[in-house]
Amino acid sequence: MYDVIVIGAGVTGSAVARELSRYDISTCVLEKCEDVCEGTSKANSAIVHAGFDAAEGTLMAKLNVRGNEMMDELSRDLDIPFKRNGSMVVCIHKEALDGLKELYDRGIKNGVKGLKILSREEALEMEPNLSENVQGALYAPTGGIICPFELNIAMAENAFENGVDFKFNTEVKDIKKGEDDLWHLQTNSGEYTARYVVNAAGVYADMIHNMVSGNKIKITPRRGDYCLLDKQVGGHVSHTIFPQPTNLGKGVLVSPTVHGNLIVGPTAIDIDDKEGTNTTADGIDDLISKAGNHIRNLPIRNVITSFAGLRAHEDHHDFIIGEVSDAPCFIDCAGIESPGLTASPAIGEMVGNLLKEKMALKEKENYKATRKGIVKTEGLSIQERNELIKKNPAYGNIVCRCEMITEGEIIEAIHRPLGAKSLDGIKRRTRAGMGRCQGGFCTPRTMEILSRELGIPYEEITKCGGESVIVPTRTKEGSGNGAASLEGTRGEVTGA
Amino acid sequence: MKNYDIVIVGGGPAGLAAAVSAKKAGCDSILILERDTELGGILNQCIHNGFGLHTFKEELTGPEYAYRFIKQVLDLGIEYKLGTMVMDIAPDKTVTAMNREDGMFTIPAKAVILAMGCRERPRGALNIPGYRPAGIFSAGTAQRLVNTEGYMPGKEVVILGSGDIGLIMARRMTLEGAKVKCVAELMPYSGGLKRNIVQCLDDYGIPLKLSHTVVDIEGKEHVTAVTIAEVGPDRKPIPGTEERYICDTLLLSCGLIPENELSRSAGVEMNPVTSGPIVNESLETNIPGVFACGNVLHVHDLVDYVSEEAGRAGENAAKYVKAAGDSSEQGAAEAGAAQGVDTASAGKPGASQVITLVATDGARYTVPSTINVDRMSDLLTVRFRVGDVYKNSFVSVYFDDERVMHNQKRIMSPGEMEQIILRKSQLSERPQLKTITVKIENE
Amino acid sequence: MEKRELTCIGCPMGCMLTVILENGEVTEVTGNTCQKGDIYARKEVVNPTRIVTSTVKVTGGEKERVSVKTASDIPKDKIFEVMKAIDAASISAPVNIGDTVIKDVAGTGVDVIATKNIS
Repeated sequence: MYDVIVIGAGVTGSAVARELSRYDISTCVLEKCEDVCEGTSKANSAIVHAGFDAAEGTLMAKLNVRGNEMMDELSRDLDIPFKRNGSMVVCIHKEALDGLKELYDRGIKNGVKGLKILSREEALEMEPNLSENVQGALYAPTGGIICPFELNIAMAENAFENGVDFKFNTEVKDIKKGEDDLWHLQTNSGEYTARYVVNAAGVYADMIHNMVSGNKIKITPRRGDYCLLDKQVGGHVSHTIFPQPTNLGKGVLVSPTVHGNLIVGPTAIDIDDKEGTNTTADGIDDLISKAGNHIRNLPIRNVITSFAGLRAHEDHHDFIIGEVSDAPCFIDCAGIESPGLTASPAIGEMVGNLLKEKMALKEKENYKATRKGIVKTEGLSIQERNELIKKNPAYGNIVCRCEMITEGEIIEAIHRPLGAKSLDGIKRRTRAGMGRCQGGFCTPRTMEILSRELGIPYEEITKCGGESVIVPTRTKEGSGNGAASLEGTRGEVTGA
Repeated sequence: MKNYDIVIVGGGPAGLAAAVSAKKAGCDSILILERDTELGGILNQCIHNGFGLHTFKEELTGPEYAYRFIKQVLDLGIEYKLGTMVMDIAPDKTVTAMNREDGMFTIPAKAVILAMGCRERPRGALNIPGYRPAGIFSAGTAQRLVNTEGYMPGKEVVILGSGDIGLIMARRMTLEGAKVKCVAELMPYSGGLKRNIVQCLDDYGIPLKLSHTVVDIEGKEHVTAVTIAEVGPDRKPIPGTEERYICDTLLLSCGLIPENELSRSAGVEMNPVTSGPIVNESLETNIPGVFACGNVLHVHDLVDYVSEEAGRAGENAAKYVKAAGDSSEQGAAEAGAAQGVDTASAGKPGASQVITLVATDGARYTVPSTINVDRMSDLLTVRFRVGDVYKNSFVSVYFDDERVMHNQKRIMSPGEMEQIILRKSQLSERPQLKTITVKIENE
Repeated sequence: MEKRELTCIGCPMGCMLTVILENGEVTEVTGNTCQKGDIYARKEVVNPTRIVTSTVKVTGGEKERVSVKTASDIPKDKIFEVMKAIDAASISAPVNIGDTVIKDVAGTGVDVIATKNIS
């Protein structure tokens, strides 16, 4: 029995878990995937929004601005990269200039600091690669960029180090209130019970909510396709460049990432499949054509990968956070779409405060708010590198040559709290395999390290858990065609 | 760390051949830096035969071909470091590298030979729609897993791209027990050798689908099916032509990209067509003393040409070092500058004659891009590729406006490198010659 | 009379060759543009051969597989028999280039030899 069970180890669930880890209670996070950061949290714009988009008075507006404010300290505490590069909403039609003013006014009401409307000249001065057609722009200096994986992983690790349990590959199938007044959660790996449940299930938050409440909600997966461009062109823009928003969202942005790539996206397509993260040719074409409207000479041929993420869009387009009216002790964090990444620490804080009051929680004495990340060898001086290599020669061995990630970093990622178990786990913790060759070179080497460090055979190593094995069999182990042709099933040589 | 005159970045076929000829040309202070745990580069995983017909007049496998050069490197006592990644090359030719044993170190080299090779174009760069599950490999990654490590990526395979690596892997996967369902090729022609199409596909009844591409990848955790469709002349899929293949593996053989990140950060100027450095007749880049050869310079289809080209780079690097050494400290810099591509001085009276090569009308690029006539050898091979399939067309060479070569070729295709040979005497008797143009003409 | 269609591998042209055989003897080759095509076609229809390359299990070495090849061409219709023998074979380290891994593989009279050194 746990005091609180959090469903979902995405950025919301991990933020909530971290907040709860301050208190003297037992908390457990149930995650259906093999790792944290497997859903919406892993595939988004990686933006810390300033907060001028959401309508005044909404939770979205409030938590966006609050989350943005928290980010400097949080990124220091958790040792994750974060940069306030500033964002710009660019207007390319004279008749739409009023729209910038509207956004500005909304931002002021939401409490966004430092907003400024720029003239065409000012905008071009700050961002020379804006379209020729730029008429003006809204500048938000508090806009930033962050690594969503590291934010998610760091919050989860920090929660874990403060005593929160994490159960992976554990999918909640049903939830009922028992006669013992506890929540009974049926999962694919047994039953869990808890006094309180926090629903942070992302695109599945409606299904989880609807298990306990008569007031049904509906989450629509809104797919967004993205292209990630090579670091070679990462400096094409220095700010996050948005078009003017429409009713489908903030539109296709172009932004540097905190690691120096250029990201372009997302599209916005409502779908039914909650796992429908497949990109489509139309989506990518649409993306490319839209991004070109605001940016001059977008170097789209330098794309290194494209991917799609799903926003958890709730019909009323606001975050649903709080105790479910007809299900006491069940807390929803639903409809967490953009700016969910930005808002996540604020959502954690809000839920933490809510439960603190309801459960009369007491703070632990030994809570540790800080976490040290994996050593980042990139950017170290020769002396610093050599000190590290002297201690552990693995830091002298480059495994991922695109991102220059060493074996030492990969080993660290495996043996950390909530360590990596798969290629994607390594990738999101270290960036190995995330560069321009997309793992072409380092995949076999990373597999070797995973196999050695985890003591599992090569054939069991996965890309991301489940069925995603990389190389299911060995050669010369009875699988060859020579053997097959004996049975007469295959191996016919055609022709002469 | 010891100092070296020549540092060679990469111990694959190019780096090895460059080292051997630099040594033979009289340079005794050479270091090869190789990131892998053995010398030989990509040849170690190319276990098929067909290498070395030009160089050794016999048909070798990749590892055998590599060993011919490795043996020479060992016999000549050329130094090398394995498991060593070059982290940076500074414009002053200071090479920063790192490995487990030595840590991070710098070598102020007198000459640097770029021989880093190339990498495969990943799925992401192709914008193939669909899911991103396990079971998608670039052909070279699969080749390493199967041939070197002994692991099978899957049992039922679709291959996109009919470059030679894709064709070779179709046969390898078949021989190791997989069923290769088809090879799809975006272009209306294959980028691979005819011999490979016959002996890797036809022999095993594997269909080659020209003008086809992958339009969907299914499978959330692991590949379960791949859909291909025919493309029109605009290379866009034609609706209604989709064919779905149940499979567990998709191999991509969709082109190679020279690995020039180090070159770029050193300030080496690039040719956007080859994605390799712009070089002169000595295979020297815009930075005097920095040479390039092999697939980092332009992607080759025959390793024999890589070895030959790298041999020239090695020899020229040795000459460069010697010229610098023969002068005083002050003179060394001047000697270096004199070796460089100095087009600005070309027009000045008394300056050496520098000719620009231009590829046009079907010829996509030339290597080299400039020729300093004083420094060229008696015969200079100029390599180029064409942009389309040409039948019974002519390779024409113009000296300024005068056509001096007009050779009919039965066939030229983008997959096969072409060459012309220039004589020093031809050029030196035309001191006013500014431009040599290579083009493809119908008549 | 028997008719066979082939693609010439002599050059990128890839001429479509038609070979006419009478009682197993080639009487006519058409479709070729040059002599190479004629020579290739005559060999390919009467006695097609291939070099087979693969890997063999290694025990006690720094690597677990060593690359191998048939020392010379083997009949094309024996490829899978040869592969069967290669799949079943194993060799203990050290292995040197040229070492015989399988003698007279699949009755072809050709040995399978190592193409890489494994220590």
